Amino acid sequence: MALTAAQPPAHGATAAAVSQPGPDQLLLSGCWTVACVGALDAQLRALQPAAATPAIADARQVDALDTAGAWLLHTLLRRFEEKGVATQLQGLRPEFMPLFALVGERIATQRSAKAAAPPAGHTDPGVLQRIGQRSWRTGQQLVAGLSFVGETALALWSWVTHPSRIRWRAVLFNIRSAGVDALPIVAILSFLLGVVVAYQAADQLRRFGANIFIADLVGLAMLREFAPLITAVILAGRSGSAYAAQIGTMAVTEEIDAMRTIGLSPIEILVLPKLLALLIAVPLLTVFADILGVAGGMVMAQAQLGVSYADFLERFVSAISVTSYLVGIGKAPVFAAIIALVGCFQGLQTRGGADSVGRQTTRSVVQAIFLVIVADAVFSVMFSIAGL
Amino acid sequence: MQQTEELAIDVRGLATRFGAQMVHEGLDLQVRRNEIFAIIGGSGSGKSTLLREMILLHRPDAGSIRVFGQDLLALDRQQANVLRQRWGVMFQKGGLFGSLTVAENVAWPLHEHTELDDTVIDGIAALKIALAGLEPQAATRYPSELSGGMVKRAALARAMALDPQLLFLDEPTAGLDPQSAAGVDTLVRELRDLFGLTIVIITHDLDLLWQVADRVAVLGAGRVQAVGSMAELAQLDNDAVRPFFAGARGRSARAGAAPGDGDISAEGRGVAWKTK
Repeated sequence: MALTAAQPPAHGATAAAVSQPGPDQLLLSGCWTVACVGALDAQLRALQPAAATPAIADARQVDALDTAGAWLLHTLLRRFEEKGVATQLQGLRPEFMPLFALVGERIATQRSAKAAAPPAGHTDPGVLQRIGQRSWRTGQQLVAGLSFVGETALALWSWVTHPSRIRWRAVLFNIRSAGVDALPIVAILSFLLGVVVAYQAADQLRRFGANIFIADLVGLAMLREFAPLITAVILAGRSGSAYAAQIGTMAVTEEIDAMRTIGLSPIEILVLPKLLALLIAVPLLTVFADILGVAGGMVMAQAQLGVSYADFLERFVSAISVTSYLVGIGKAPVFAAIIALVGCFQGLQTRGGADSVGRQTTRSVVQAIFLVIVADAVFSVMFSIAGL
Repeated sequence: MQQTEELAIDVRGLATRFGAQMVHEGLDLQVRRNEIFAIIGGSGSGKSTLLREMILLHRPDAGSIRVFGQDLLALDRQQANVLRQRWGVMFQKGGLFGSLTVAENVAWPLHEHTELDDTVIDGIAALKIALAGLEPQAATRYPSELSGGMVKRAALARAMALDPQLLFLDEPTAGLDPQSAAGVDTLVRELRDLFGLTIVIITHDLDLLWQVADRVAVLGAGRVQAVGSMAELAQLDNDAVRPFFAGARGRSARAGAAPGDGDISAEGRGVAWKTK
């Protein structure tokens, strides 16, 4: 079997080298393969053809040649030719010739393509063009999002009118994974949040001797704002991202398309159970966060201000109205809908490959948290107008 | 020594199990240099696992695998990396990096493992893409924008990036239209002739087996049931082998191979393949 291009001798493979024994002579040797041509480029650059003498490149000692080696060999010959020195290649083994010829042909077509192609036609888009493109894309996203919300609402309505169609199994599964499994993290974070709020307030209240008002402050802050918000943020990071990644991966592997062709609605199978599950789970988690948050404040109140648990609770019951509690709980379903819809929408928007799944997942979390906080602000404005 | 030099791959006494399930049990397999070697077998016969073991993705439980005379089970990290550059793998679904264009996919191994100029690398990548039978326009596209056949060709171009001596092809024709599949047949032969490659193919494609494979190993029940050219295997009366020759597909593939059998490289030597 002939020693062919891609099989350098296993032992004693020598690095490719080129030397110039005489002004019109080039001596090529060694393995001209991708692993051995590292130092060759510098050597090639150092070579200077003697003016106007035809040169001879002796390739008898080339032991192996692959694409990279053939490429460099062509580069060398071409450089000499460009300087007006006709160079003749001699002694290249016959089994290397097809590859050498092929690479030469390739270089020639590449150069002619470069010569034929006009210098890069499209220039960078201007500022206006870029603003236009960006706005157009954002507008398209908004329209797509709106139509997604509409579709989901219609599908939800069909569940309301035909309760037998509700996929309880999927709903319950999602309540467990998004709700029950989230209990520990919600507990820890809302408790710590209560501690932090109480700690910040303690110093100020002590100055005025208004220690007992810690119950008002912690109670109102947790029930009205922090408990719903921290629950929504946790759920957006924990479940919204999971929804986007799951649906996005399904979109990439054509599972969504398969669903559509079988006649199943992805909205009904993938989106509605998640939406319904969060609508149920988030208010419940918010109540849980209320309790833990107030407990955290209570612990801090006793430690920092000497307010006993009994005093705290007594003040809490008299100072905090049911309205405050309901205001907090009332926000929860809205946050839940935002998280579920954004997560599922971004998942369904996935196109392409793994890259896109990551991008959409990030986007779902960022947008969900953003929209939750915006919604919270809108709620505050509305409540202040309504005087709640 | 002489013998190990002639063998590209030498598998002996290979055993693999997943839990209680034995996949390979005393499997022996030899692939010679410069041959096109096909591995066939029913679903679950351990073809893919064998491939994964040969390319250092899975460690067998017992036995030895030698590639170019080096024992895969005794390699350190450095040696393994050197050896990895001597083979190229084309995965069944391509395994192209979705965030890179086809040209970047092909150029990446060259950027990582060589000190070549960027312009040279771009040129080599373009050459490999053309060799694999892709239009130049495909080079700037992302894998998600390619058809199934183009993904396979792009994956082949990347596997060929470092001019490997050994090429593993996992189901190279699966999911291709007959014309593209026939193109792969000739492409595989031409690559072998041009680069002196050893090619290991895992396939179910009977046409590919008849047209291209020098030797075929039939896997079954955890070991190699038979090895030989398709013509030799056709004579055998073995339960693991027979399904590949029985039935309408087996007969037609064989009939299709009959006239042109033998003149493998008569026309392949040239550069006619550029036209895909």
